[in-house]
Amino acid sequence: MPSLGADMDEGTLVEWLTTVGAEVARGEVVAVVETAKSTIEVECFESGTVTELLVEPGTTVPVGTPLAVISPTAPVRPPPARGPVPAGDATATPLVRHQAAEEGVELAALHGSGRGGRITRSDVSRAAHPAPSRHPAPSRVHASPLARRLAESLGVDLSAVRGSGRHGAVKADDVRAAAGSRTGPDQAATVKEASVAAGARRAPKAAASDTGTSAAAAAAASASASTSTSDRAAIARLMSRAKREIPHYYLSTTIDLAAALEWMRRQNSTRPVGERLVPAALLLKAVASAAREVPELNGHWTDGRFVAAAGVRLGTAVSVRGGGLVAPALADADRMPLTDVMATLKDLVSRARHGRLRASETADPTLTVTNLGDQGVESVFGVIYPPQVAMVGLGRVTERPVAVAGMIALHPTVTATLSADHRASDGATGARFLTTLDRLLQHPEDL
Amino acid sequence: MNARRSASGGSTASTTYREALRDGLREALRTDDRVFLMGEDVGRYGGCFGVSLGLLEEFGPDRIRDTPLSESAFVGAGIGAALGGLRPVVEIMTVNFSLLALDQILNNAATLLHMSGGQLSVPIVIRMTTGAGRQLAAQHSHSLEGWYAHIPGIRVLTPATMDDARHMLAAALDDPDPVVMFEHGSLYNEEGVLDGTVDSVDLDSAAVRRLGTDVSVITYGGSLPKALAAAETLAADGIGAEVVDLRSLRPLDDATVLASVARTHRAVIVDEAWRSGSISAEVAARIAERSFYELDAPVQRVCSQEVPIPYARQLEEAALPQPASIVAAVRQAVA
Repeated sequence: MPSLGADMDEGTLVEWLTTVGAEVARGEVVAVVETAKSTIEVECFESGTVTELLVEPGTTVPVGTPLAVISPTAPVRPPPARGPVPAGDATATPLVRHQAAEEGVELAALHGSGRGGRITRSDVSRAAHPAPSRHPAPSRVHASPLARRLAESLGVDLSAVRGSGRHGAVKADDVRAAAGSRTGPDQAATVKEASVAAGARRAPKAAASDTGTSAAAAAAASASASTSTSDRAAIARLMSRAKREIPHYYLSTTIDLAAALEWMRRQNSTRPVGERLVPAALLLKAVASAAREVPELNGHWTDGRFVAAAGVRLGTAVSVRGGGLVAPALADADRMPLTDVMATLKDLVSRARHGRLRASETADPTLTVTNLGDQGVESVFGVIYPPQVAMVGLGRVTERPVAVAGMIALHPTVTATLSADHRASDGATGARFLTTLDRLLQHPEDL
Repeated sequence: MNARRSASGGSTASTTYREALRDGLREALRTDDRVFLMGEDVGRYGGCFGVSLGLLEEFGPDRIRDTPLSESAFVGAGIGAALGGLRPVVEIMTVNFSLLALDQILNNAATLLHMSGGQLSVPIVIRMTTGAGRQLAAQHSHSLEGWYAHIPGIRVLTPATMDDARHMLAAALDDPDPVVMFEHGSLYNEEGVLDGTVDSVDLDSAAVRRLGTDVSVITYGGSLPKALAAAETLAADGIGAEVVDLRSLRPLDDATVLASVARTHRAVIVDEAWRSGSISAEVAARIAERSFYELDAPVQRVCSQEVPIPYARQLEEAALPQPASIVAAVRQAVA
């Protein structure tokens, strides 16, 4: 069963388009497979004769399950040509020409590897006896015991990992690298979110009160988080689970912040220093309001279905001095006036950095925002923190050229991204969320 | 924890492995009347390796007794003395000659407690020199301590540091059962510092002599300085080798070994004995049995060539584990 998409872990064989005994060529369509998303024709990876069909139509099997056995067909060699072989422009000694005639090899079709492009005897031999096509014999992967154990806990397929050890053996580091690259562009976000997961142990009661499945991960983190290694393991488990179970889809849009920041500047000029706004508060408030307008992204995936949350509890990553992160939740951020959002944010950040968060403040976010803008990146595609169904990523607020009334102007902009759970919503919903966010930020006075 | 600190504290003092052993003997002779030393040339000659030099003059011929060349007889006499209530320390010149007394050690010392239904313990300490590296050729150079470690009923010690040389004897004499101590011949002239705050050591635990994160180099006795030298070389290349000194081959403290392997995920065992059937094989087997899922590379072993130890210097050097061969094995393990 081939993987027909990054989020596919099983597929249903709908129909065989070949039979036992049939000759198949690489690239030929041999089967129809239904995935969670669509019905897809499966192309054959090898040429040969189908000797066995292993899976009955209608059966659902995991990715990687053999569907059929194809035996390589002996290469059909053309009968030896009679008479002189046209040599074309090829340079070859008489001995080589004689050998080519004997073996029925056309010299003009060969690329000479000898001096001056001369065709050698071994060139002719190779052409006459091509190396047998490689049969996908299931060979045992050489991997260290530690690598095998890690692969299992991180959900890495060992046969897909390139071993860097002696004789190509897969070592623990190879598995870690494979686990890291699997999340691809989200790696930075993974680290950040993972730290959020580790941060959860700072408030163990949060885990206890969390009825969602993240409680298990958070509890695991708190149980074994005495060292950075076990922190890492807890992060690995949670993020592996997120990537294994959640079919993420990703959207991104760049939002013009000129109006929002200009409004904020004017507001701040009339506010006392202690009450001044920062762009982060504006962005968070807008995200919370967008979440209220698009409730399909605000809630939890539990027991195989999406449960929308009553209010918006916006998880907000806060970096802690000395390393680590916590993700306190801004309760009712959608209903709170902007000034209160700002005050609450300041209060939360200050107490988070002193390790004095209340358990209720870290429990049950309904949507999380990850902001790597202060780390200088332009955009971040987060890994969804189960059982939530979406993660909003905010990059750096930076000036970019934008078209305004037929002119090019430099405006402050931010790239907002959305990672969302495809089980709970579709791309159209996600798009609506990001356009809503954009619209809200064009009218900051209404926030 | 293999060293107990004295409450009063103490000073550190420069010494040699030989002097540390002698100080241990002197202390034992002073503090317990039942202790006496016997063996070939231990008295007037001062010991074949000079360990007991001066003790005859200090303690007299009743307690520092020269024996004929008769290993079976004087080890047997020692066992008898132990049964009779004394605390004999019997010195055998080299492990090769101890084979003449193996019947006494295996069939009597190691078994009498069992054969007597727990009535007769044999509190004897047998010291002997082991190992190569001094051009003493094939009848004085072998490392057979792994054979002794095969025998239930005796304790097998391999002091490799100044503190262990100084304090292991007292702990061995406290043990009511037979103890065999192996002193590696190339260590006698080693100089080092005695930790004045240590006043006793245990006999049950291995010790981590150097911390490292990339590989555990597990060794004992005369190979310890070589392993530490190799670790120093490797450190210059950014490879952190943790060096574990087994100290006791029976009982074998596999908990310390396995804990180290669990940290580094790679193991190289250095043993001057022949590879086949050696204590290195036992350590490798225990790692495979109990830490299989911690391993990120096959266990490597650095042992002596399986030949009688040659006399010629360069051949002898080539036959033994050396820092360079340990470095090479570690590189294979971390490759």
